[in-house]
Amino acid sequence: MTFINYAAREINCKIVYYGPGLGGKTTNLQYIYHKTAPERKGKMISLATEADRTLFFDFLPLDLGTIRGFNTRFHLYTVPGQVFYDASRRLILKGVDGVVFVADSQPERMEANVESIRNLESNLRDHGFDLVTMPLALQFNKRDINGAVPSDEMYRMLNYKREPTFEAVATDGLGVFDTLKSVAKQVLVELRKK
Amino acid sequence: MSLARMEVYEEEFRHLESSLRRLRLDANAKAVFLIDRNGQHIAAAGDTDQFDSTSLASLTAGNVAATDGLAKLIGEREFSVLFHEGQRDHIHISIVARRAILLVIFDERSSLGLVRLRVKRASSEMDRVFEQMDQKAEMGFQGEAEPSPFSEITDEDIDALFSE
Ligand SMILES: Nc1nc2c(ncn2[C@@H]2O[C@H](COP(=O)(O)OP(=O)(O)O)[C@@H](O)[C@H]2O)c(=O)[nH]1
Ligand SMILES: [Mg+2]
Repeated sequence: MTFINYAAREINCKIVYYGPGLGGKTTNLQYIYHKTAPERKGKMISLATEADRTLFFDFLPLDLGTIRGFNTRFHLYTVPGQVFYDASRRLILKGVDGVVFVADSQPERMEANVESIRNLESNLRDHGFDLVTMPLALQFNKRDINGAVPSDEMYRMLNYKREPTFEAVATDGLGVFDTLKSVAKQVLVELRKK
Repeated sequence: MSLARMEVYEEEFRHLESSLRRLRLDANAKAVFLIDRNGQHIAAAGDTDQFDSTSLASLTAGNVAATDGLAKLIGEREFSVLFHEGQRDHIHISIVARRAILLVIFDERSSLGLVRLRVKRASSEMDRVFEQMDQKAEMGFQGEAEPSPFSEITDEDIDALFSE
């Protein structure tokens, strides 16, 4: 839910990184965190297990600068990917303005990718949202691994509504900012409509 | 109030702030924060500098969301108040107008009883402010004599955000 504070002249938007476990959602946020100037970011919070798996969420507040005199803030969240964390995953989608779907390019993860998109669709619906109208960017991550499934094949399996799609290697930062920009733009364009 | 947007205008913002300031004084609290349930900071009063308000907002909303989930699991509608007791500082969390969260941070200079009592009064004050916000939103109120700045956003404006 975009929160516009006319008194403080601020716009706040919420982006959620969604996708199967170990696909690289947390890595996307870590890269963005490391590459962003200190005055443009807040603290990154990771609620993780001891084994570094996301337990509840990661959170990174970003300041993108001003638009029409309003300070534009994006709050980035990731969800825990494991199937059994569905209850927490649903909570994080509350009030979402845009979604980045991080798909894993490993052949053995295709089923998990497909399953996770369905899960996203149904969890959004529980909040009264429709993936059809939700700003969305699709990311094919781990393009660097041997035997990565060809992008056009992944596209056929995972594309939902011809959303902007990006190849990425989150560990090296490839495609990470392009993906973020794409979804952020879609969210801001939505502001214009309402 | 649309699902997709919450807008706070100058007048309501001042009212919320003044309720928070009074609550902070009456309850003898260190700081009080008003947070929306999706994790965004709305307003605050007191010694707010010593706290990271953005992190506080996100974690508090996560805490409330998780506790709501727990309540539903055991067949309760919600747990209306959360209290976390520390060595020195304590946190009192409650819901305002169903959509916002009031967070009070206090120490031995206050007490749970006092905080509870003062939170009640401040909540009903703020309920009314939120009602007023809803009415404005329904009437399509577009800010104090200014047109919505966002209907005019251009692609160039958006690109400029990402230019560095
Ligand atoms: N080879 C490769 N590994 C990656 C890439 N992105 C993430 N990883 C690794 O995949 C593992 C899971 O990443 P993580 O971000 O924790 O996944 P999450 O569960 O989606 O948050 C970590 O060991 C990452 O280092 C990538 O683009 N290429
Ligand atoms: Mg993770």
